[in-house]
Amino acid sequence: MAMHKVRVFSLFERIWHWSQAASIFILIFTGLAIHGTHDWIDYETAVTLHSIVAVALLVLWAFVTFWLFTTGELRHYIPNLTIKCQKTLLSVARYYAYGIFKGEHHPYQKTILRKHNPLQGVSYLMLKIVVFPVIWITGILYLLSSLGVIELSAYLSVGLVAVIHTIATVVIIMFVIIHVYLLTTGHSFKEHLMPMINGRDRIDLTKEQYDYLVCNDPERLED
Amino acid sequence: MIRLQVIFFMLYGPIAFASTADHSKFDELAGPFATGPDVTRACIECHNQAADEVRHSIHGTWEYTHPVTGQQLGKRHAVNAFCGNVVSNEPRCTSCHVSYDWRDMNQAPPSATDDSKVDCLVCHDTTGRYSKWPSGAGHPIYKPITKDGKTHHPADLAEVAQNVGLPSRQNCGACHFYGGGDDNVKHGDLSSALVSPSREVDIHMDKDGLNFSCSECHVASGHDWAGSHYSLMATDKEGTGKPGQRRDSASCESCHGLEPHSKTRISGLNLNQHVERIACETCHIPAFAKGGVATKTRWDWSAVDKSGEMGRDIEDYLQGNGEHRHGYLRHKGIFEYGENVTPHYAWFNGQIEYTNTDHKIDPQQIVEVNRIFGGPQDPESRIWPFKRMTGRQAYDKVNNNLVLTQVWGPTTDTALWTNFDWSKAITTAMQTAGKPFSGEYGFVDTYMYWPINHMVAAKDEALGCADCHAEDGRLQALEIPYMPGTGKTPTLDLLSLLAVIATLAGVFGHALFRMMAAVTRND
Repeated sequence: MAMHKVRVFSLFERIWHWSQAASIFILIFTGLAIHGTHDWIDYETAVTLHSIVAVALLVLWAFVTFWLFTTGELRHYIPNLTIKCQKTLLSVARYYAYGIFKGEHHPYQKTILRKHNPLQGVSYLMLKIVVFPVIWITGILYLLSSLGVIELSAYLSVGLVAVIHTIATVVIIMFVIIHVYLLTTGHSFKEHLMPMINGRDRIDLTKEQYDYLVCNDPERLED
Repeated sequence: MIRLQVIFFMLYGPIAFASTADHSKFDELAGPFATGPDVTRACIECHNQAADEVRHSIHGTWEYTHPVTGQQLGKRHAVNAFCGNVVSNEPRCTSCHVSYDWRDMNQAPPSATDDSKVDCLVCHDTTGRYSKWPSGAGHPIYKPITKDGKTHHPADLAEVAQNVGLPSRQNCGACHFYGGGDDNVKHGDLSSALVSPSREVDIHMDKDGLNFSCSECHVASGHDWAGSHYSLMATDKEGTGKPGQRRDSASCESCHGLEPHSKTRISGLNLNQHVERIACETCHIPAFAKGGVATKTRWDWSAVDKSGEMGRDIEDYLQGNGEHRHGYLRHKGIFEYGENVTPHYAWFNGQIEYTNTDHKIDPQQIVEVNRIFGGPQDPESRIWPFKRMTGRQAYDKVNNNLVLTQVWGPTTDTALWTNFDWSKAITTAMQTAGKPFSGEYGFVDTYMYWPINHMVAAKDEALGCADCHAEDGRLQALEIPYMPGTGKTPTLDLLSLLAVIATLAGVFGHALFRMMAAVTRND
């Protein structure tokens, strides 16, 4: 085994990540303006931007979903539910809650087959299958009702839809805070950030893995 | 589409108005005419259906049976927060009736049976010289009259008759701008500022722009006009109708359609949905009583006082056009005025019920002289702008109902304005109307609502989103099931804030702990 610089995030993933990040920031900012939390942006502009960016993000997600399923990249997010593997998740949690203060090393090493640590994978999965669907389903309902395409019922009123949408927003804001904070753990902020910018990270490769990349995917090897 | 209509109107409007008959060349109109009815006799020789049409219109009957509540309304029956009532105050009030000689509200107007008693000229005069004398029961003056040191001369009725035309804003305004006895007293959105208004006062009536006459919107057939403030079309679901189809509707939608905002903008698509719950007027008339003419916003009758002591310290109101309006009149009480008034907003389905003398009132509450119906759950209701008149007016302390008052009657010993005796004035009016009066009166605070439809602003001056979608927005007091931006989810907002703060505290605490631990380790 030896450390190599390998491209772990494809250009598509990086574009996805950063355009999604920018969209989420714009949506939070304009969404809070619509909610009445601040008035740093004209209301009409806020509504217009929020609608356009939301639709653009939905289009991106449609592409991402297609990509995740067709390339098999989805595996990065599917947790292994065996007891043994659940223990690795706990060990990551234990690290953040305890080990990190003791100067321990992160129990997880990024591999070529698994980009996220178990806790990270589960968090992203929850975001993908719970929080994001809640926000886009309520958002679409709200948008369509505000454009008169659908009529919401007394049980699922536009007010209730808006409240659920707002709660999901709060969860996303909390996620963003923790997500950014966790970049400061480990070696350095920059070391966490750069892979998502240039795609490269240091990965421990077996000889076989290295040879495989040399022969079949030389572009991914950066050293 | 509206652009085309506007261009068409500006190009061909004047031609459409041109008549094929020159009335100055008719022998029948050569005159001389001694009285108004003489002119009418000449008119109806040719316009042989006109008198019949007018007498059956609301202008002719001053009666309106409400189609939903069944209430008998119209000026002949309704009570208001101004001079109160017509009955017992004829002929002062009937100086605005489209007839001659109506002197008794208990009788049908003479024009109901006598064609010559219909007044054609008040609506069709184009010279501006014909006007009904305030106390003439609908007649103009026929010989010079000197009043308050000023001599008034009669119009040459033959000249007026030879110059008839379609009604202008001035014609309609002669009565409708002066309801309540003076300029813009009642409506708030109908004043002499609309005779020759600028674009800022009203986008449709702009003298240098569209220059609409009243009947451009209040379309008529057979002398019967669209638009009623007793039963309003609060929600027009028909829009323009099919091309070329005639619609007798005075609604905004009858010209502008049901989706008037730009469909290529997200905000336009949104606003087209607002139309379902928000009347056009709500955003497009941000303020009324524009153009320098104030409207009366409060009338306190309880301050009527022969000595004038009660109003000694009350100053006049100086309005935008430089004219003074009385702050106090000893025979009328205390007045307050407003200009560029922000409307009162309420859910409204077009139905209004009047608190006439036969309604019980609670004198501890503010009495609504007219009650407007509607609510957020009623699909026929939209949020409408109103002028909310506040008043303090007389009521029967024993029977708990509003009363009628004889205010006018300079030669009587009962009229309030002459004799300053409420008891006599109320007794006379109630007796005349055949209503009971206990003899004991007091004063109650009242509200009266006037739907606002005129003084429409240019679109760039209409309300913006944040005028309502804000914590102190214009609709804050209204019951609205859901409206973003108004800060009406305080619990959710607080919990959200706490959750975000807890997260931040968590990560900062974690970071602090890491740093402290690192320092300890390095030691």
